[in-house]
Amino acid sequence: MTILSFLELENRCETEKKSIYEVAQDEEASLSGDIVDVIRLRVLEDLLAMKDAIKNGLASKEKSISGWCGDDCAKLVKKYSSKPALFGRIFEKITTYALATVEENLRMGRIVACPTAGSCGIVPSVIVAVSEELNVPENQQINGLLTAGLVGLIVSNKVQLAGAVAGCQAECGVASAMAAAALVQMLGGDTSQILNAAALALKNILGLTCDPVCGLVEVPCVKRNPFLAVYSVTAAELAMCGVESKIPIDEIVDTLKITGQLMSPLLKETSLGGLAKTKTALELEKKLFKKK
Amino acid sequence: MEQKSLFSVISPIMVGPSSSHTAGAVRLGLMARNIYKNDFKNVKFILYNSFATTGFGHGTDKGLLAGVLGYSVDDPIIKEIFDRVSDVTYSYDYVEDISRHPNSVDITFDNKMTISGDSVGAGEIRINCINGFSVNIDGSYDTLLLMYKDRPGMISTVSDIIQKQKVNIASLHCDRSSKGGVASMYLALDIPVGDDVVEKVKQIKDVFFVTNIRKLK
Repeated sequence: MTILSFLELENRCETEKKSIYEVAQDEEASLSGDIVDVIRLRVLEDLLAMKDAIKNGLASKEKSISGWCGDDCAKLVKKYSSKPALFGRIFEKITTYALATVEENLRMGRIVACPTAGSCGIVPSVIVAVSEELNVPENQQINGLLTAGLVGLIVSNKVQLAGAVAGCQAECGVASAMAAAALVQMLGGDTSQILNAAALALKNILGLTCDPVCGLVEVPCVKRNPFLAVYSVTAAELAMCGVESKIPIDEIVDTLKITGQLMSPLLKETSLGGLAKTKTALELEKKLFKKK
Repeated sequence: MEQKSLFSVISPIMVGPSSSHTAGAVRLGLMARNIYKNDFKNVKFILYNSFATTGFGHGTDKGLLAGVLGYSVDDPIIKEIFDRVSDVTYSYDYVEDISRHPNSVDITFDNKMTISGDSVGAGEIRINCINGFSVNIDGSYDTLLLMYKDRPGMISTVSDIIQKQKVNIASLHCDRSSKGGVASMYLALDIPVGDDVVEKVKQIKDVFFVTNIRKLK
């Protein structure tokens, strides 16, 4: 059985008295023909690859092929080693890990697309930073990632998670909803809180365009990762306090899809509009093609 | 509607920076390698549209080459592939052609076989043309591909051979240039068939090309 909506998921959790992650692993097991333990091992493999990417990213200052990005994470590490961030250690780690991952991606390092390569820093940074600071055991980190995965999957059943289809709301936006859901799961929230966290994240990012300079996964994608990683924590915190989205998440996903359809093609990964057509972007483009 | 896996959202583990332009490129190369199956001395790539314009910054050129050489999407060698290749020559051309998919490539091995495909997003790919014959292979199934002169009875002859191996056919597609003209058939299989099956299919009258394509990991 394919779960086509969040309402279906909620009903299923209620009738079977299961958490979202349990439904996720059951579904995946029945789809693949493997047992649940095998599914959890595969998720662990992804989780470990995410942690490797963070570790490798923290250790490198190598720039991307374009030469535009790759050394920002080091700036955060340096500053926070002497002067703490206003929001504390978890904020420091989330922003640093998100940049570490996405910079590792652009220097052709090994990362986990989650849901896409351009948004690969959001879910891992939240899961890993919070787990380290709050001593969340590995088992619960896996539950968090399973929860994030099913949230992303249900969205992707309605709208393709690609900037070219629906703009960045479908990439970094969906990643932030996934991260918010994972975080609430790890903090012990219930099904309703998890889905409200995802809904709040998704709702407040509707309309985000995809206008990368020169079509590269760099400007503005790299810095958008730490921004939306921190943003996902806001959604999770509000949901944990009992704040509910007035618009149900299924209707928000439909809205995301329609907003994507209404969005000009110039703002959907074509690099023909938005930031990609600014004066500075055009100068960067000229220099890049000389390099090529 | 085919159910999608959770791991379509929290995977693949890949070398960056782009699932479509890097991982997709590697998978197109791997798929082309699975189709051609022979050792080769030379490989030519024609990159179209977005692959041509932004491929440089995304390592699309490296990904394609690594793929035809058999490296997987998460192999760190992809980044250094140009320094690792010694026994194969390779070249790239860049073409603007709006009739083609934005992320599209032609891969030619030793001037003998040209395989065209698209990177359709999130690392997913589609091979749509082999030596001028249209196909639609996405690498998710082991596939038996054959080309033959269109005539009645071909489907039952082929499926009979496969059925005798107790292999389930997940889907079957046929296409032809004209009635009695050149036709192609590809069968997506739940488990791969052996070379003996390929040989048997080759023996069928009017069949002139058969290949057994392994699915991508």
